[in-house]
Amino acid sequence: MDLLANLSQSLQDGDDEKVAALTKEALAAGMSAKQILDNALISGMTVIGNRFKAHEIFLPDVLLSARAMYAGLELLKPLFLKDDIPSRGKVVVGTVQGDLHDIGKNLVSIMLKGAGYEVIDLGNDVPPERFVDTAVAQGAAIIGLSALLTTTMPVMSQVAALLKERGLTGRIKLIIGGAPVSDAYAREIGADAYGFDAVKAVEIVDRFLMRQ
Amino acid sequence: MRPTVAFLNRELIERIVAEGRDILCRMGIAIHNPAALKLLSDGGAVVDVSRHHVRFTSDLIDRALGSAPKGFKLYDVMGEEAVDLSGDRVNYTPGSAALNFLDGATGLMRRPTTADYIRYVRIVSGMPHIASQSTAFIPGDVHEKISDSYRLYLSLLHGEKPVVTGTFTIDSFEIMKDLQLAVRGSEAALKAKPLTVFSCCPTSPLKWSTVTSQNVIDCARYHIPVEFVAMPLSGFIAPVTLVGTLIQHTAETLSGIVLSQLANPGTPILYGGSPAIFDVRYETTPMGAVETEMIDCAYAEIGKYLGLPTQAYIALSDAKQLDAQAGLETSMGATLAALAGINNISGPGMLDFESCFSLEKLVVDNEICGMTLRMIQGIEPKGDFPSLGHFTELVREGHLLISKHTRRYRQEEIHLPGPVIDRANRSRWAEEGSKTLMERASAEINRLEAAYTPSRLPDDVKGELTRLMTAEARRYGMDKLPRESR
Repeated sequence: MDLLANLSQSLQDGDDEKVAALTKEALAAGMSAKQILDNALISGMTVIGNRFKAHEIFLPDVLLSARAMYAGLELLKPLFLKDDIPSRGKVVVGTVQGDLHDIGKNLVSIMLKGAGYEVIDLGNDVPPERFVDTAVAQGAAIIGLSALLTTTMPVMSQVAALLKERGLTGRIKLIIGGAPVSDAYAREIGADAYGFDAVKAVEIVDRFLMRQ
Repeated sequence: MRPTVAFLNRELIERIVAEGRDILCRMGIAIHNPAALKLLSDGGAVVDVSRHHVRFTSDLIDRALGSAPKGFKLYDVMGEEAVDLSGDRVNYTPGSAALNFLDGATGLMRRPTTADYIRYVRIVSGMPHIASQSTAFIPGDVHEKISDSYRLYLSLLHGEKPVVTGTFTIDSFEIMKDLQLAVRGSEAALKAKPLTVFSCCPTSPLKWSTVTSQNVIDCARYHIPVEFVAMPLSGFIAPVTLVGTLIQHTAETLSGIVLSQLANPGTPILYGGSPAIFDVRYETTPMGAVETEMIDCAYAEIGKYLGLPTQAYIALSDAKQLDAQAGLETSMGATLAALAGINNISGPGMLDFESCFSLEKLVVDNEICGMTLRMIQGIEPKGDFPSLGHFTELVREGHLLISKHTRRYRQEEIHLPGPVIDRANRSRWAEEGSKTLMERASAEINRLEAAYTPSRLPDDVKGELTRLMTAEARRYGMDKLPRESR
């Protein structure tokens, strides 16, 4: 098997040690970091994302592959300018103020990274201003909000209102997700999209960033 | 530890068994079969041939209990070990001998056909939690005189799992034995590796018919395992109390064991049954009644006390369709039976007082069986102590989805049922077509049928089975077997 295909397969198998070893081998063989990133790591995660979407594999399999991908990424990082991995775009994510549930948000973060996006994860209990300020400062085109509680979901509408107040509506897309929210709620508060799960979140980000 | 259930304490078991023996020794039972009466007379029982009456002796019962095996195994058509009927091992087999079939496509009940039966065998072949086939229903498109043997023929031809079956007549035993000899090659091989269990039913109260008592003797001659299926009906043809019913069940079952062990000591048997309460409102014998299930578990406790492997018709329902009642009665029965450690649990697929079989129900019941099999694995520590490391990791990572501990134990600790059981969240369920249980069951049937691979039984053996069955059909004026059967 060709080295990059082998690397991609190891990533899909969730074998982080092998991914690290093969990444070193690929670099030693003279392949560029960009080549390895695009043709093995991201392509491997794309396969994983599609299989996850088709319910052929499950969450732990995705996480193992993501971990394997990071093992490769860590080796590539120093080779990119200013330690910056070339990304398909920046996304700010976080769980809204008052809410400490971050499993769903973490999954979205993992899947977005796997798809080649740069993710700025603000963690949980994040006030509305911080989402907007960070997105502006970092030049992120997308904000992803997560909430698990019906009591905290109204914070999402505060973020939407803040974007509107600062004239950023449409320029910075707002995506929401979490157990209590829905498509209808997204429309109601003026968010741009509702992501049912982490796979859907990647699809939506793909769609928005492709348009720009 | 393995979870268990108990309805009787040792003192009560001993009293029930003592009463059951007393009935056999002091009052006696009726056996309408001269050959059986002779066997019993020769063995030391007090026989009155003119009244078909026999009184047992304590010694006779003790000898029978001494020679009956503590357990045995069944082997598939290829001779591989498939079912272990010993200790507290639990195995499921579909319910048997339904007259009717619930057509999944129309929702209507009708007489089953050869095509239905073959479909059933194919589906059972791929079911992970159903250990053996049973001759689950009676195809209506062959002569009734071969309706028992024909089911066994189809099962042996198309499936590999061992078969729980039985004959409807004395004559049928020959062909049903010959079919098994064709698969195994010799009497010695059949004895070494039993392929079937024959259900033999005393007639409550306290009676054996000519046919069923002869079946017991015939099976014993070939060392074919027998499950005794006594059917006392509480408050009708048995005392209304559960203890009274158990006393009668004990007497009826012990009488069968004595007969079988006299005919051939060491013949494998199952301490089984299909008792029920009597519901006076409808004049029915509900198999899904909680008291019925309690009697089943309790007689299994008695069987275990006697050191014998056990059987029960318990994981089934009296509902007329695959509805909530079907699920609740079957689940309760299967759960109790598994906890009771009943070795051969009959019932999956069955509705309507053991008279109507449903493939859709069978695939749902397969999942019930899977869950109960997981349940009796119990709760055991698996790399849990000391636990601080796991919790340190949990707090650090925020989850344990891919921790070493999770990866090591997830598969054996968490049982994942098949797609028949809906565990999707509502959005995904809706996205996938908002399928009802019936629709998911139907899809599962199609999946299992598509995954079926023909039996690996050699072609010459299959040919011999067909030759034997065709000859048997000709005896009753059928020139040919239904086309789909071969």
